[in-house]
Amino acid sequence: MRNLIDRLFAVLLPVLAVAAALLIGAIMLLLMDADPIEAYQALYDGAFGTVNSRSETLVKATPLLLVGIGICIAFRGGVINIGGEGQMIAGAVVGTYVALKFETMPFSGTASIYHDLPQYLTIALCMISGFLAGAFWGGIAGLLKAYFDVNEILSTIMLNQIALQLMSYLLNGVMLDPRQRERVNHIPRTARVPDYAQIPRVTWLTDVPIRLHYGFIIALVLAVIIYIFLWRTTLGYRIRAVGKNQRASRYAGINVKRQMLFSMFLAGGFAGLAGTVQVLGLQYRLQTDGSAAGFTGNAGFNGIVAALFGGLHPVGAIPASIFFGGLLIGAQSLQRTVQVPASLITTLNGLVVVFVVSSQIFVRRRTQRRAKEQ
Amino acid sequence: MTDTLLPTGHQRIDHLEMRQIVKRFPGVLAVDHVDFDVKAGEVHALLGENGAGKSTLMKILYGLYSADEGQIIRNGQVTVIRSPTDSIKQGIGMIHQHFMLVPSLTVAENVALGMPSTRGLRLDLDVVAKRLGELAEIYSLQVDPSRPIWQLSVGEQQRVEILRALYRGAALLILDEPTAVLTPQEVEHLFTVLRRMTADGHALIFISHKLHEVLAISSRVTVLRDGQQVDTILAENATKTTLAQMMVGREVVLRYEHGDVSIGEPRLRLEGVSAKSNRGDLGLKNVSLMVKAGEIVGIAGVSGNGQHELAQVISGLRPPVSGEVFIDSQRVTGKSPAVLNESGLSHIPEERMEDGVIKDFSVAENLVLQDHGRKPYALGGVFMNFRTIAKTCKSLIQEYEIKTPSHETPIKSLSGGNIQKLVLARELSRQPRVLIAAQPTRGVDIGATEYIHRRLLAEREAGTAILLISEDLDEILALADRIVVMYEGEIVGEVSRDEADVNQLGLMMAGIRHEQAESTPL
Repeated sequence: MRNLIDRLFAVLLPVLAVAAALLIGAIMLLLMDADPIEAYQALYDGAFGTVNSRSETLVKATPLLLVGIGICIAFRGGVINIGGEGQMIAGAVVGTYVALKFETMPFSGTASIYHDLPQYLTIALCMISGFLAGAFWGGIAGLLKAYFDVNEILSTIMLNQIALQLMSYLLNGVMLDPRQRERVNHIPRTARVPDYAQIPRVTWLTDVPIRLHYGFIIALVLAVIIYIFLWRTTLGYRIRAVGKNQRASRYAGINVKRQMLFSMFLAGGFAGLAGTVQVLGLQYRLQTDGSAAGFTGNAGFNGIVAALFGGLHPVGAIPASIFFGGLLIGAQSLQRTVQVPASLITTLNGLVVVFVVSSQIFVRRRTQRRAKEQ
Repeated sequence: MTDTLLPTGHQRIDHLEMRQIVKRFPGVLAVDHVDFDVKAGEVHALLGENGAGKSTLMKILYGLYSADEGQIIRNGQVTVIRSPTDSIKQGIGMIHQHFMLVPSLTVAENVALGMPSTRGLRLDLDVVAKRLGELAEIYSLQVDPSRPIWQLSVGEQQRVEILRALYRGAALLILDEPTAVLTPQEVEHLFTVLRRMTADGHALIFISHKLHEVLAISSRVTVLRDGQQVDTILAENATKTTLAQMMVGREVVLRYEHGDVSIGEPRLRLEGVSAKSNRGDLGLKNVSLMVKAGEIVGIAGVSGNGQHELAQVISGLRPPVSGEVFIDSQRVTGKSPAVLNESGLSHIPEERMEDGVIKDFSVAENLVLQDHGRKPYALGGVFMNFRTIAKTCKSLIQEYEIKTPSHETPIKSLSGGNIQKLVLARELSRQPRVLIAAQPTRGVDIGATEYIHRRLLAEREAGTAILLISEDLDEILALADRIVVMYEGEIVGEVSRDEADVNQLGLMMAGIRHEQAESTPL
């Protein structure tokens, strides 16, 4: 019975925290002369009101979930990955490059030798390349952390910048769309990826044309797989052991450095995958406006939030990313309906994070008290 | 003793009484209607197992906890102590088991820390130093006020703690396990200081679980068990055996029968091993050692004399700078813990909460810390077989009498003794050829200690080579076949169990070599 109450408490707490954040948001709305009920109605409708808005919410949630899964691995392994943005970019660049390679050989312009691959294999190959590229980018920080004791928070943030500039360089150079090349003021973007490298949309759900693509379904499956990986396999056990206690792990014969590198590698991989999926499932080409958020939509950072909100549990990250996806989508209609700046939503987002993360202390206190009673 | 001032110039506490103190933690009655009092000029010992409520009671007196019921009466008047600041104001000082000193600061700076300067914003370290000199003079607690703490020995650091308490005006001192880190000689010196302090009218509370020390220093003894006061008796009417019985509520064996074991082949051998300590100097110097099958070799020594480095080098956690380590005549110098696990080494680490277990992991998960990737705990080395792990865990919980709600309970919610039993169960169930047991019973209650001792002896009879590293000389004397004494990273002597003599061992622990120790009268 008590166990049940404890469980309920743990589940209800984030809900209460969100409610508290919305309450403060309501006060801010009032201060801006907006009706909070109308505003929240607009927010909800914008996010979940129609088939299309629900689809858009899930589309928005997809990169959050993929990045979030990686964050679960990294944080469980005791490394703080702030490099989701850079890893997404690295994954997108390489994923797009490989996808484009299916049409023509990149420099010669001759037809690709892989032309005849079935679509699912084509997509899989692109996604694996994107995963590996992100993993490589994350792995750099992991390597520096494990073997040279370089703070991973610093190195991942710096690597974000490097990835961004590298993307700009490539999109203005070798990866530039040939059609843009002739123009004087070219837009730094690649050619459109061929149809058979695009992730198909989910069409069987509804008759309305929606943008929801199989990338979301893949993310759902991966969340479950990573849950099993972390809690049911020896590798996951080692990652969690190192994350909780490096000294005891070393004592037990676990190669602590290797595990740290590995968890950063996987975290980067999932962010890289998120980048590739954004291109193959949604944007169909890689384009930059000179900022990282221009491509990622801040998913590299928001994914961290989703993971934390989901209790650093890959399956918990599913509802969390849908929730945050909804907030981001709903913000647009909120802005339209009640004429408040979209930055209010960013503020609301921030409030939710602060409340949710700090409410965890109640859960911790409660478990500690329980432990003492035993 | 009509004068109400102490030689330190502070007001005396003639009588301090704690009446019917009750402290509840959710679900536990930590202190259950305990009466405790201490008078000027006496040492009142507080004795009990871990979790008996000694430190809770003293934390109430020192203002770290507040009592749910009961009163504190100081010199006949009811007083309220809400914080350590209050208690210091009232003349109560506490010497913690783990010193509360800042290593990089000097003695005078440490004493001045948290005290207002007599010169406002400017430091008055010279004033502090002068006053420290006076206090040190009275109780022969000489330390140089300008030396940084990290340069001082443990015994000197303790003097600083006592001086600081006196400086702040303590008339009543609570000493929490003050002898745990001292050599027998340093203990003697401490006792001399304490006797002089009581003669001058200080009131002292001495928390300990070392029975002979309690008998040697105190005039009265209060025994606590499970939060309840068993009795308060005069020390002169007590013996070790009666006190031990009061503590655990049953008869305790302080000596064990050593079964006859034929000592076998050498299992662990060290040849001229040196290693650096964390500070970067040589913490382990040219140590050669051999442990044979069916033998317990005890490493005695005061904390921080290279025992820690020794255990780490053998278990692969610290690379040696020179020398060789062999297990079963196979060279394992500098090999990783994973390789050593394979070669039949088990290690009960000194700091079990840091090295031995992962606090947030369950009992079952902690059981497979080393072997989670091996059969039968893993299928194909990839998937963990939690059914088998749970089964093994349950049977070990039963076999080793580990008190836990279930095998899925996070290990941090178990008591120290039960956590250590789990570590023991894990290490012994790996059927080691060589076992390193470092401080196997530190912070463990008497019941579990006895159990662990019996297990180690059984393991010896099964033919395992055991290296027992302990700061508890009684433990070494009770278990070891041979005793090796370490001082400043070197082996200063070796005696067999039959010829072991506490005084001689004590001298060796203070750095006097075996040959000299024999000829030096104590």
